[in-house]
Amino acid sequence: MRMKLIIKGGTVVNADAGPGVPGAPYPSGKLDLLIENGVITEISERIAMEAHGQAVDVIDATGHMILPGLVDAHCHLRDPGLEYKEDIETGTASAAAGGFVAVACMPNTEPVTDNAEIIKYILNKAELSGYVKVLPIGSVSKGQRGEELSEIGEMKFAGAVAISDDGRPVSSPSLMKKALLYSKMFDIPVISHCEDLDLADGGDMNEGYVSLELGLRGVPSVAESVQVARDVLLSEYTGVPIHIAHVSTEASVNLIRDAKRRGVRVTCETCPHYFTLTDKACLGYDTNAKVNPPLAGEKDVAAVRAGLADGTVDLIATDHAPHHADEKNVEFSSAAKGLVGFETAFGLAYTNLVLTGVLTLAQLAEKMSRNPARLLKLDGAGAITRGGPAHLTIIDPERRYTVEPERFLSKSKNSPFGGFTLQGAVAYTIVGGKPVVRQGVLLE
Amino acid sequence: MSLKKKDLLGIKDMDAEEIGEILETAKSMKKLLLAGTKRTPHLQGKTVVTLFYENSTRTRLSFELASKYMGANAANITASGSSVAKGETLIDTGRTIDVMGTDVLVIRHPLSGAPHLLAQHVRASVVNAGDGMDEHPTQALLDLFTMREKKGRIEGLRVAIVGDVLHSRVARSNIWALQKLGASVCLAGPTTMMPREIERTGAAVFETAHEAVAGADVVMALRLQLERQKSGLFPSIREYSRFFGVDTGRLRLAKPDVLLMHPGPVNRGVELTSAVADADFSAIDEQVTNGVAVRMAILYLLARREN
Repeated sequence: MRMKLIIKGGTVVNADAGPGVPGAPYPSGKLDLLIENGVITEISERIAMEAHGQAVDVIDATGHMILPGLVDAHCHLRDPGLEYKEDIETGTASAAAGGFVAVACMPNTEPVTDNAEIIKYILNKAELSGYVKVLPIGSVSKGQRGEELSEIGEMKFAGAVAISDDGRPVSSPSLMKKALLYSKMFDIPVISHCEDLDLADGGDMNEGYVSLELGLRGVPSVAESVQVARDVLLSEYTGVPIHIAHVSTEASVNLIRDAKRRGVRVTCETCPHYFTLTDKACLGYDTNAKVNPPLAGEKDVAAVRAGLADGTVDLIATDHAPHHADEKNVEFSSAAKGLVGFETAFGLAYTNLVLTGVLTLAQLAEKMSRNPARLLKLDGAGAITRGGPAHLTIIDPERRYTVEPERFLSKSKNSPFGGFTLQGAVAYTIVGGKPVVRQGVLLE
Repeated sequence: MSLKKKDLLGIKDMDAEEIGEILETAKSMKKLLLAGTKRTPHLQGKTVVTLFYENSTRTRLSFELASKYMGANAANITASGSSVAKGETLIDTGRTIDVMGTDVLVIRHPLSGAPHLLAQHVRASVVNAGDGMDEHPTQALLDLFTMREKKGRIEGLRVAIVGDVLHSRVARSNIWALQKLGASVCLAGPTTMMPREIERTGAAVFETAHEAVAGADVVMALRLQLERQKSGLFPSIREYSRFFGVDTGRLRLAKPDVLLMHPGPVNRGVELTSAVADADFSAIDEQVTNGVAVRMAILYLLARREN
């Protein structure tokens, strides 16, 4: 491997860190980058190739946008135990193709990632076969059973970046309070999947006109917001930050906006499907549109977009949730919930948020790189800085393409976006100075 | 005459013309039935299979008799006595039946959308005989047939549907069907059993049975699944029948020539009193007879599509 890399002719787009922030990112503009041994050593208007001799790799980024490497704070790699859906190798290949340099994987593996040994297994396997960095998330409770806390401290020291019970939400308010208080000792973020299971009552999709039309059992949108309200209040009471996963409804966005205004240390994410699709995507019993939380109504999609624009929604995560075709090619009520998201996330965000004026590209870099990196406390990631690690995502902003799930690198193809035309394609994914995707192609 | 689509999955996707065609054909079928002709060559050489994942008396039997009266080879499969009990998927079961030379596959399934999934994977025509809370299109068609026979028209009728609308596929199919043919639909039921955004269907929604029934040409009571009480949707059967049971007093608010309907089986004393269920304005038995005629029409129109 060549030790030097020059990226020429591209436009650097940095999330704005604000004045006076130490190690502040370079302001956006047309700039060349010199990378040596995985570190960005020079950022300037023109870097002469001649000065660096033969042993230099050059990427011509003319017409391209150079973003701080995308970070996904929420995905499922299904490894260990559910490798028929995805494994760390295929999952990180898919992530790399989607422009992600690091992905945080949820603990609903088999067995559950509730102890240091499984955290180590994931990190070792990622070291051996991963294309991008893998950041394991440990469970809040042993076996995600919602009864006793997992060994959060042990997991943190083994390398866990956060704790969450994700899709098996912490139903007990008292356990959530304990999780917040306990995690504070280890300065590890708590991510909450907000769903009141009693209200959701095993429903298949958002409760509304479409569920009535399809005769499917509805999940009332208040099943999410009731729990958001609870978690915001628990965070306020304990003074410990909380991160709300995949916010999908208007009421949740409003609750979080109000909480932030009064100083509660709450952050939240949404996913591309929540700012793109409504529950109408379920028409025809399309099981690829079955996801948890369920796709909601038009006013919810509008509220999620407004929340992204005004900063209520801090970041965009994929909730990449691979499922085997056999788990989707069944009756809607029997189908698994979730969709694969790595390979469509950037295109959906660029097409639906940047081209429509909801966010600038720099703001998108905040939502997909800086803020997830901050949440997970990743040193050096999330910004392009001199002296910082070279985690970069290079985008061709003009390229339009049709989504073809059968060509995804993920083992699973469960996407409701097949046939969508998107603009903004990932051209290069560079992890620690090493290109893993080049001209849109994964380097094996 | 024939139907445009391969399958009959729901009223929602049908137009008034297709519905009219089925009702017209059913008229001739009923004549045959009344004439005692129970062996016609309409479906000679055709195979009709009923695949039932839920219990049923009238629907299953009427499909079976309809097939046999028209000379089809008829077979039926129930979930408990088949590979379904061994964990076979719906698609695999459907394909198996399909490749044995089935022309029409009639399915009842507890999960909404099951017939739609099946239809995508088999060559045979699929008829939805009730799927979850979605639709029961052949029931709505026989209801329309009965109303038209008794009232001479559908357009302009005021039809009250009373009961558990939320869980009722009969209600949904009737809401779509009646409005497509120009009737107005008035709904009443406990508010805990009324789907959210139900007004968007175009039906008028009331919180009391008497408001819905007032001035109605037709009153349709829905079957109450008694186990719903356990999930807390209503406090007791006694209170349900007090507020939503159809009895002589409530029917007095309807038009004098009101027609009473019920998809069956009836919980006597719950959604209907025996006095009204057995009264001369009750069309419940007629509905069952018409069910055979309507299903004969549907099977015939689907089976001859391929020719």
